[in-house]
Amino acid sequence: MTTRIVELRRGILKKNDELAAVLRERYARTGVLVFNLVSSPGTGKTAFLELTLRRLTEHGAKAAALVGDLETDNDARRLAASGAPVRQINTHGICHLDAEMIGKHLDAWSGVELEGLDYLFIENVGNLVCPSSYDLGEKIRVALLSVTEGEDKPLKYPTLFNSADAAAITKIDIAEPCGFDRELALHNIREIRTGIRIFETSAKTGAGIDEWLAYLEEQRAAHSA
Amino acid sequence: MHELSIVESVVEAVTETAAAYPGARVKSVKLRVGVLAAVVEDSLQFCWGLATDGTVLAGAALVVNSVPVVVHCAACSRDAEIEGVQSFRCPNCGEPAAELRRGRELEIESIEIEEPDADSEPVSQPVSESAGST
Repeated sequence: MTTRIVELRRGILKKNDELAAVLRERYARTGVLVFNLVSSPGTGKTAFLELTLRRLTEHGAKAAALVGDLETDNDARRLAASGAPVRQINTHGICHLDAEMIGKHLDAWSGVELEGLDYLFIENVGNLVCPSSYDLGEKIRVALLSVTEGEDKPLKYPTLFNSADAAAITKIDIAEPCGFDRELALHNIREIRTGIRIFETSAKTGAGIDEWLAYLEEQRAAHSA
Repeated sequence: MHELSIVESVVEAVTETAAAYPGARVKSVKLRVGVLAAVVEDSLQFCWGLATDGTVLAGAALVVNSVPVVVHCAACSRDAEIEGVQSFRCPNCGEPAAELRRGRELEIESIEIEEPDADSEPVSQPVSESAGST
């Protein structure tokens, strides 16, 4: 008997990566800028996205959202009040969205064509662990953390924060009563991902949203060339 | 997390590859897992046993090579390995390093197969205890 080594060098999450590549190509072809919003449960992704969609829609931009939760369509209904098309994905137990789910929902979304959109926001299931491994074909991954979660959040979840293109610190209107150390939080985010764009926002007061919207426009201009 | 679905993907890929070597037995499967892949080796090993039991891969060893983070430092113009995952800075000059060269891998590097010699019988289903060691 002879023993031999057969080299594979084959990625393991290959199926998701392949589907994500197809999505990426689809987004590029249809000219839609896609964001993947990731955070713990309760950070305020939905409120952040609700205000974003409202403001974009008011300015005539064409934005839509896919929102992932294990159960309920509560978030989709909240977001739909913005006037933007929104579709709920229920995972019924799966703790992250994956490329297959996104593809299926995009195909089934009657009345919404990617060609007609400027922006597609994907609100992931609240989870800072598993979404880091599942590429959804997005152009920009945004990691959110709120002032109630502690300044060391990025250090606790380095894989996710290191994979992000932008970060948002949410609920800044209650930073003071939480004793939030802003400088430490900014430092920790940058230790895990140097050069990352960081937004500090309050969906309640609207603070910081203008800067975030300017970033959206800037990214859209940069990627539509 | 998701070590079971990762292992199931590995079993599928290896079974497919091994089919190109009729009569061969898979002795071991070598994975490269970056520390930033957030995959737990103990869980992989546990799931490997479950997923391969009763299949053509039963008895094959799973070897996990952990890959540390290697950053590229623009200031030093070279790559350097960093310790841990709490501070992505060049260990030589201390400058923040944005570019990762290694550390996110989750791949099957290779498989080790045992093939019968041309004039002998195909290798039978394995029962060897030694194949389970790391």
